[in-house]
Amino acid sequence: MAGATILGRPIMWRIGTVVALCDETSTARTITLEVPDWPGHVAGQHVDLRLTAPDGYSAVRSYSIASAPSLQPQFEVTVERMPDGEVSPYLTQVIAPGDQLEVRGPIGGWFVWRSEQTGPVQLIAGGSGIVPLMAMIRARFSSENRSQFRLLYSVRDGESIFYKHELKALSEDKLGLNVTYVYTRKVPMGWPRPAGRINATLVANTTWPAVLDPTSYICGPTSFVEAAADLLLAAAMKRDNIRTERFGPTGERR
Amino acid sequence: MSVISRGFSGRGNAETANLPPGQYLTTDFPVLSAGPTPHIPLDRWEFTIRDEKNALLRRWDWKSFRELPTESPTVDLHCVTRWSKLGTSWDGVSLDTLLSDVHADASYVMAHSYGDYTTNIPLHELKNRKAWIAFRFDGKDLEPEHGGPARLLVPHLYLWKSAKWVRGLQFMREDKPGFWEGLGYHIYGDPWREQRYSGDQ
Repeated sequence: MAGATILGRPIMWRIGTVVALCDETSTARTITLEVPDWPGHVAGQHVDLRLTAPDGYSAVRSYSIASAPSLQPQFEVTVERMPDGEVSPYLTQVIAPGDQLEVRGPIGGWFVWRSEQTGPVQLIAGGSGIVPLMAMIRARFSSENRSQFRLLYSVRDGESIFYKHELKALSEDKLGLNVTYVYTRKVPMGWPRPAGRINATLVANTTWPAVLDPTSYICGPTSFVEAAADLLLAAAMKRDNIRTERFGPTGERR
Repeated sequence: MSVISRGFSGRGNAETANLPPGQYLTTDFPVLSAGPTPHIPLDRWEFTIRDEKNALLRRWDWKSFRELPTESPTVDLHCVTRWSKLGTSWDGVSLDTLLSDVHADASYVMAHSYGDYTTNIPLHELKNRKAWIAFRFDGKDLEPEHGGPARLLVPHLYLWKSAKWVRGLQFMREDKPGFWEGLGYHIYGDPWREQRYSGDQ
């Protein structure tokens, strides 16, 4: 099965080739990698990317996969540039189509959504935490699965939204995705709410009620994930149905 | 054979010299957890040691646990997500203290946490001043998001083995995977041998 980790078999390093680049925001870029013999992935998993400098120094970082599972030997990652980052400035500013790097994965079997799953899904993203959740949305729309998805997406302002047009298109025809934005710094013109963080009212008004027993996936910076998970627990969601993925200020994920 | 990225130099500086392979240094304390943070009131906290048939061998409540002699180890932390944090100071009770006089016909333990997290560890890795139940970090009570009121601290293995919100140990005759070990991570997890994922040598 695609993406399954076979116990006891090493996850190989493979050579990936950059086949496309796409800027999501002024600081984030999606990189499409082609990897021969890529075993396939499950939405929500991540990969390790290894860069090696001409002097032999190498650095490895983990990035969530943004694309839906597919039969092609390709996948996408979206990388947000960290101001003091060692790897993300290279990946967002220097790397070019045709360049090669080493890839290991896919990794992770907990923060995943599989197209065999049933029941409503609640996604809560803080900033670049949208990336693995976007893979789940894309997986839902590229499969026969008809689960209803809701996304609560916290961003600084309208310019910080990843996958803006795709999210708009997928949510417009009411086919299974509802998106609510939360702007923490600056709201768009005419927005009905002031800038602010997610809170109990917003959770009550825009996320699935606990009686529907949704599976929730929360991804973002630690403080955001702590706050969102506590809000869901306070709204009577079952602890076992809340899955989290956190990244600290070092950006050890993404 | 690795591929070379022209224009990539990284920060290959002396600071990384005493890190395990593939790790980089951070001064933050990032958090990685699979679900919501449990909040355990001290009057309901307990730590137990059970045999392989789940029979209770030892039990401490918070008061009796805190009456045990404590140690103040300064240790390096290595997370499988590749950050390392050096020279962290903790207060805790040594597992040597907790396991003293406990007879076990077992070579492994499963650590159990509030919130149902589990992780497996060879019993001998918890002995000889190598592991603690830690309740204070950097002179302050351990924050819930970092595993408070108390967490296992086994710093010579990757940090996922240092179970947050620990509530007990159960002996096992045979090694069995815990939570992350059953989801693709290494059964043992030695950072110096870079045993990150299932199948790494």
